[in-house]
Formats: sequence, structure tokens, C-alpha cells
Amino acid sequence: MYENMVTARHYEERLQEEYLEGKQPAFDISAGPIPGELHLAAGHEASGAGVCQHLRDDDTVTAPHRPHHIAIAKGVDLERMTAEIFGRETGLSGGKGGHMHLFDPDVNFACSGIIAEGCPPAVGAGLAAKKRHSDAVAVAFLGEGAIDQGAFLESLNLASVQNLPVVFVIEDNDWAISMPKERVTDVENGAQRADGFDLPGARVDADDAIAIYDAAGEAVRRARDGNGPTLLEVQVHRRMGHFMGDAEGYRPDADKNAAAKRDSIERLAADLRAHDVDDETIEELRSRAHERVEAAIEWAKEQPEPDPADAYEDVFSDPPSGATEGDRSVAETGGDD
Amino acid sequence: MAQQERERQTDRSLTMSRAIVEAIAHEMREDDDVFYMGEDVADYGGIFDSTAGLLEEFGHDRIMDVPISETAYIGAAVGAAQAGMRPIAELMFVDFFGVGMDQIYNQMAKNTYMSGGNVSVPMVLTAAVGGTYNDAAQHSQTLYGTFAHLPGMKVVVPSTAYDAKGLMHSAIRDDDPVVYLFHKRLMGIGWLPAPDGPKTGVPEEPYTIPFGEADVKREGADATVVTLGLHVHRALEAAESLADDGIDAEVIDLRTLVPLDIDTVRESVAKTGRLVVVDEDYRSYGVTGEIIARVAEDGLADLEAVERVAVPDVPIPYARAMETEVIPDAADIAAAVRNVRSNE
Repeated sequence: MYENMVTARHYEERLQEEYLEGKQPAFDISAGPIPGELHLAAGHEASGAGVCQHLRDDDTVTAPHRPHHIAIAKGVDLERMTAEIFGRETGLSGGKGGHMHLFDPDVNFACSGIIAEGCPPAVGAGLAAKKRHSDAVAVAFLGEGAIDQGAFLESLNLASVQNLPVVFVIEDNDWAISMPKERVTDVENGAQRADGFDLPGARVDADDAIAIYDAAGEAVRRARDGNGPTLLEVQVHRRMGHFMGDAEGYRPDADKNAAAKRDSIERLAADLRAHDVDDETIEELRSRAHERVEAAIEWAKEQPEPDPADAYEDVFSDPPSGATEGDRSVAETGGDD
Repeated sequence: MAQQERERQTDRSLTMSRAIVEAIAHEMREDDDVFYMGEDVADYGGIFDSTAGLLEEFGHDRIMDVPISETAYIGAAVGAAQAGMRPIAELMFVDFFGVGMDQIYNQMAKNTYMSGGNVSVPMVLTAAVGGTYNDAAQHSQTLYGTFAHLPGMKVVVPSTAYDAKGLMHSAIRDDDPVVYLFHKRLMGIGWLPAPDGPKTGVPEEPYTIPFGEADVKREGADATVVTLGLHVHRALEAAESLADDGIDAEVIDLRTLVPLDIDTVRESVAKTGRLVVVDEDYRSYGVTGEIIARVAEDGLADLEAVERVAVPDVPIPYARAMETEVIPDAADIAAAVRNVRSNE
């Protein structure tokens, strides 16, 4: 779990460096080696790691537009994910999706760039598991700004009335772009949304990875045992702007400073030490994570750009439905994850 | 006075976003019933600067940040409009229309008709459109055709600051729902540099541009290029390069899709005989097919050659090489004009 979190943090730091290349001194979103918008999740690591630790490859995860830490924790192929973020041919989606639209069917991971829109597909994955008598579960991650969205509320209801194995995880980082949560919702605790749908709701405060792990364990077990959905809200924090290039003019300095002090990774390291894990072991985990990130970024940057003509492929499934598995050409994959 | 004359006579030039904000501020000062609702429109000033500076003058009561809940707040704008107010609701990216589309096309656009004309819905729905900055399939669509296809909405697409201001005044004063689609690449945002074209002279006093009046942005005798939004500037760039080869292209900016000024297009085609329609929206079932069909319906004999330039029917890809491939550029437009002239 600690290694996952350190990997995610270092990954974000490296992506930030790469993203800014070619965008300075004047920030131009369409310049540099990484295309488009980039939403970094530094400060969210405890959520992805604490929840996904309980999941198997056949469990489904849907992530929102800030997906990297969740993808890493779910075991998405790091090299191919990085190549996708760099818009390369061997990326997870061949360069078509980009950082908000990462799909790795090998570990049942998907994400969407539109708020709360991952919730209904997670309900669908739970429905499929139930219909097939599998004990797989689905987890939908969303931000606290998404808890007013119809797709989320309707998903809670459908999962509840169908008693589906779904865990909804609200990552509360206090900010929906420029909007502090107290200005968009009257509930202090997003998990209270569960009350209206007759399902259990729980909240974990203070960026506490171990408490998140424990609460998620209970929710995932409940889903796996056929006892229905759970709504979990976890407190994380946003160390940066909403997206790279966001100057955060709307955000008080005090809030930024407070967020910077709330470091879930340091907190977990302290917990590990308190449980007699020595510094050498912690350092070893950290350096292994860093090496893995560097290798993924190096690999991704060496990958070829897609052929412009690739843009015309994949609008529909290829081969068309009805073709046999043997007809499917196997896409080249890279890396060792 | 001709429009271009007025643009030239104005000392100050504005970016498109400043021109839009100026029109909104003026209308808000004149009429207490005008207010603005959307995500990140107040303290942030709009992700694409569509409301920059309005909060300071009008406060949170009239420049309203709302929860992320398009169904609720777009629907609330419909209700407020039916109650006689003049709301402007902003959908941050047009790609998010699906979230609140039922309120848009089943209420906003239909209530006047279903009520037999007894209810009017005087609201403006603004949204950012367009790609060209590698933001992939859920944040880069243009979707002009979607809104223009469904009856009951007027659809406005400015390409310059001058037009943007006049069209916004008209939109707010209009008694019907107006969908006002601004292209991100034209707004003049610091982090998303615009081409030179959209920043124009803008008079300080309010003025309206009537809906349903296309603007001939460049006169020419050899071929008619019809387009809108960002692609007006790409068509003008293409026309300049064609002029070097002795080809004289006329560029028509539609400015509004509903109502549509087909007469200006027909008159031009009667002169040039050749039509190229350019759109940043998808090719099939869209603006390109519509314009060509309308010209053919009444002016088939004038048409010697036709071509359309649009996004092939694929979602907008992320990687730069592929996005550049699918979004038409000036070279694509110039090639199409050369093609329609090749039968001479």
C-alpha cells in the first residue's frame, strides 16, 4: 500500500515536470510532450491505495478525470498508461484516449472525463457479476463535487434496489475546481447521501490510509458476500490546482498551506515506523517505486507517435461481432507490468 | 455603416471573451432580470474567461456558481425564464450536454411550441466548443449540428469579437432560447492562444447583430467557402494562399445556424458556381450536408461543383498527430477549393 502511494506521488511529480516542458515561460496548453489537460492527483494517494488493496483483477474500477493514483493501485499497466498519457502508439488506447480516458481491460479499469459518469457503468459491472453468479465487485470513484450529480444519485438508488455488489468511493479533496464544498452542498459528510437510499454510508477523515483500508475492506467484503452496495467518503487533499495551469486565484493561501501539511504518505510512513518497520525497508520501497516510475516514463518516451491514419480505426469493434477470437490481431504491448 | 467600417473605426480592439463579457455586463446593468449561472463562473471567472470580471460588479446573487448538476441548473434556467426572467446558463463544455440534455431539448426548446405559444423561454445557453488543443473525445467536440437539428433553439456561433458582442446583445434580448456556442480557440485565453483574426475592433456602445444574417468575411469570384466559428479564420487563411495562385475565394461566415441565412449563400454560389462547406463538427448528418442540400433545393442549376470539409465520422482523438489529421486545417480547405475548380 505504501509502495503504491509512493509510486503514485512520484509518478505525478514526474508527469508534472514532463508536462511543463515546452510550456514555459508562457503556458500554452497545446505545447510540450504531453497533450491536452492534465489533472494530477497528488494528495489523493491514500484513497486509491487503501481501496484497491482489497480488489482482484476481475473486480471493476471506474475512475474520474483524476485517475492516475487509482489506476496504479488497481494494477493498470504502468508503461502503457504512461505511453497513453504521452499520446503514443503503444499506449493503452493507442493514443486515442489520453489521461482522462484510460482503459485497461486486463484489470477491468476504465475512466471518464465527465463528472459522476463512471457511476452507472460500475453499477452495470456489479449487475453483470450478480447475473453471472460471480463474487466480483465494482468500485466507482468520484469527487465530492460529483455528489450532486444525477448520475451518482440514480446509481446509488439502482445499486440499492437491485442489491448490487458496488462500492461508491467519494474522494473529498474539498474543492470542485473553484468551488469549496460548503458552497455546493448542505451536507457536511458526503456519505450521508446513503441515508436516502437505504444503504450504509461511512466517512474516513484525515487522509488516513489505514483507516481507509479498513473501511474499504468492510465495504468490499459486504459487496462480495452479496450484501449490497456501500457508500464510502474518504478525506484526501488537493496539493495542486484543478488542472495543470490552474493558478488557483480563487483559493485562499491558508487552505493551500493546510493541504500541503496534510500528507497521507508521511502519515503512513509514521504508522509503519510505529509498527516497527525500519527506515531501511521504507527507503527500499520508496526507491523501488521511483525506479519503476522512471522506467515507465523512459519507456513511454521512446515509443512511436501514432500514424495519423490510426485516427480512423476503432470507431466500431474490429473484428465485427461474430468473428472468431482467432481473427483478432493481437496488439503489441510493452513493458513488464 | 458597413460592419467592417465600424470595426476599423474603433480605436480599441478586444478579445472575443472581453467582447462577450462587455455585452453581458451591459444587459445586466440595464435589466435586473438578467443573471448568469454555471460551474466556476463566479470566483474563477469561467474556465474560458466567459464571465471574467463580472463577479466584482454584480456579486454572487447574479453571477451564480452552481453545483455540478446540469440537469438541475439548466432546467432551473428554463423555469426562471418561463417566470419572466432572462437567465444565461453556461454549460462548461458542450460535450457535457448529455448530462442535462433532456432539460435542453425537451423543455427549453419545446415549451413554447407545446404551450401553443403561451409560454416563452427567454434564456441563453452558452457552451464552449472545439478542439485543437489535444483534449480528446469528451472535451473537444463542436456539435453545431446537434443543437441546430432539434427544433426550438436558435443557434449562434460567433467568429470575431465584433460579432460576438453584437450577437450576445441580441441573444439576451431575444424572447426565445438561444444556444450561444463560443470556440475556445477564439476566446483569447492566456493558456490557449488564439489566431490573430478574432481580436477585432469593438465599439463601446451596445449594438445588436440580427440573427439570420450571414457575413461575407471575404469577397471572391471563383468559389464560395461557407463556414463558421474557428474555421472562418482557417478559411480566410486558405483564401490568402489561394489568392497567391490566382484563385479568388469568397468566405461566408454563417454566424447563426438557426435561423440560417441561406440567401447569402445562394447568391454567392450563383456568382461563383462552386461551393465548399467547412465545419469542425462531424461530417455526416451535419451542417455541411444541410447547406449543400438547401443550395441544391433552389439553386441546383448554379452548382457546378461541391465539396465538404469536416471532421470524418470519428470521435476526436487525443494524440496530436491524429487530432491534426481529423480537424480540417487551412490546407484541407485550400485543397477542396482547388478540387471544385478542377473541372474548368
